[in-house]
Amino acid sequence: MSNTKFGEFGGQYIPEILMGEIKKIESAYEHYKNDETFKKELNDLLNKYANRPSLLYFAKNMTEDLGGAQIYFKREDLNHTGSHKINNVLGQVLLAKYMGKKRVIAETGAGQHGVATATAAALLGLKCEIFMGLEDTVRQSLNVYRMELLGAKVHAVTFGTQTLKDAVNEAMTEWAKRTEDTMYVLGSVMGPHPFPTIVRDFQSVISAEARAQILSETGKLPSVVMACVGGGSNAMGMFYNFINDKDVKLIGCEAAGHGVETEKHAATITKGSVGIFHGMKSIFCQDEHGQIAPVYSISAGLDYPGIGPEHAYLHSIGRANYVPVTDDEAVDAFEYLSKIEGIIPAIESAHAVAYAKKLAPTMKKDEIMIVCLSGRGDKDVAAIAKYRGRIINE
Amino acid sequence: MNNIINKNSLIGFLMAGDPDLDTTKNCIISMAQAGAGLVELGIPFSDPIAESTVIQSANIRALKSGTYLNGIFSMIEELRKITDIPVIFHSYINPVFNYGYENFFKMCAQTKVAGIVIPDLPYEEKSEIKEYADKYGVHIISFVVPTSEDRIKQIAKEATGFIYFVPSIGSTSALGDNSREVMSDIELIKQVTDIPIALGFGINTPAQAEYFSKIADGIIIGNAIVKIVEKHGNDSPSYVFDYVKEMKAVLK
Repeated sequence: MSNTKFGEFGGQYIPEILMGEIKKIESAYEHYKNDETFKKELNDLLNKYANRPSLLYFAKNMTEDLGGAQIYFKREDLNHTGSHKINNVLGQVLLAKYMGKKRVIAETGAGQHGVATATAAALLGLKCEIFMGLEDTVRQSLNVYRMELLGAKVHAVTFGTQTLKDAVNEAMTEWAKRTEDTMYVLGSVMGPHPFPTIVRDFQSVISAEARAQILSETGKLPSVVMACVGGGSNAMGMFYNFINDKDVKLIGCEAAGHGVETEKHAATITKGSVGIFHGMKSIFCQDEHGQIAPVYSISAGLDYPGIGPEHAYLHSIGRANYVPVTDDEAVDAFEYLSKIEGIIPAIESAHAVAYAKKLAPTMKKDEIMIVCLSGRGDKDVAAIAKYRGRIINE
Repeated sequence: MNNIINKNSLIGFLMAGDPDLDTTKNCIISMAQAGAGLVELGIPFSDPIAESTVIQSANIRALKSGTYLNGIFSMIEELRKITDIPVIFHSYINPVFNYGYENFFKMCAQTKVAGIVIPDLPYEEKSEIKEYADKYGVHIISFVVPTSEDRIKQIAKEATGFIYFVPSIGSTSALGDNSREVMSDIELIKQVTDIPIALGFGINTPAQAEYFSKIADGIIIGNAIVKIVEKHGNDSPSYVFDYVKEMKAVLK
């Protein structure tokens, strides 16, 4: 068996009923990741279907406005389906197909991973069922319809907090009932090994491209690389190929909701502690009894009480820093980027934009900052209008 | 370490603190009086992903009544003045991790809790707690399921206390159809170990209990008892007594 942990974090803390299947996925992945046919098919899907490579865009207006670091955006929002999630699902759904599975299931928070999974399943001819917290189906109703258009069945989860955490619970329970023909397509760098590694590998295309793009455009590496973090898949993808570049600072932006001094946040690293949940040892928002805390963020995609184990590891060795960003700051950044660059970011990505706004002015003008724009904001427009007191029809 | 169940043991599950710890204590006493051989005591968790909806709801009720490990250990200390019935815990790993492994297993030894089953701690992660469980002589009860396949022997070889065998996922209607597969998995286990095997999968009638007691050593009854507690609340102990007594009567 390969190493299942990142330092002390990670592992395979799952019910016995899933262990057999997890081991099958582990060996299938170890095989296909080096298989030329698999690699070529995935590469073709990424480049000819998902619109990769994504642009590395120099944000001239924002750079001038803030008067500090040169700001670049890695434009994952321009991918097919509108976010970075497609990178991972094309890999995982293809793996499911190579393993002979007929059906995929997935959890989703904001709906981006659900839409991406439904898309890949439609393309590759697999059945698809998505689990989504009831509260999220309401605040992201457009994405629910999108998934249905793509042929997926959407289950609204009514247990617990009715958000992403509960969607993961329900998807795992469903998977335990039916592994023979079904693959669980996990949406983030979390869960039991090998998922954190698989998802990171499939998302690392973000930093592989970004690193080559910035070197070819400017001849040097960035001082700062930044991304928003819920479970942490776009951040892990954005960080991965920069980890060995010791002078590149890695910053993850967590959802601080109403503020980390309140109970309404999802700032796992800032406020959480080590625990074991959803198959992994990592850092979680939890009470002193080890009960997982109900978390909150305006962003359904960051509204998760844990973080991927490799992030917990990068944090523990001081390689990456994690900072909290509030709802207010994220909404301001959402509007700011729309007006100054003509780019409407996903509210998740707006958390990273918000911290970029704070940090860039403190940096030198010859320094470079790359921010991952993990998704586009069309899905958030109605919710942001409501936040500002305007009710609009979607 | 010794085995903690015998042939024809009835193992009854209760969620600690559902609806409160006093009721749980009285239900355990009722079970002991009715002839149960072992009590499996659930420690409530916010996200019990591997449970039936009946037991998930019991977790939520127990948390609402403010049930945590300190209170549970105090309740067992009180219980020990009245009965020595063997007790094992059923807990997700996170509450135990947060309590601290050293403390937790020390308290288990002090209150004569004989073992623990942890749904989210498979064989591969046993090293997480093994050192502490061994130090205080507490069994880590191993789950075996049909999809364990070639891992069945590996798990069974190291198992102590008893083996917690879950033949299928809660489907009781198809018991007859499943019995052949159940038998073949049990044969596999028996090839490598002599420790007792208990079956748990939604057994709730005396007829089912009788049938499966011929195949396995112990019968685990969970949902049926939790439903009684859900219905009768603080008045549950006498109903639990009647039910366990009826079920135990067929195990001989």
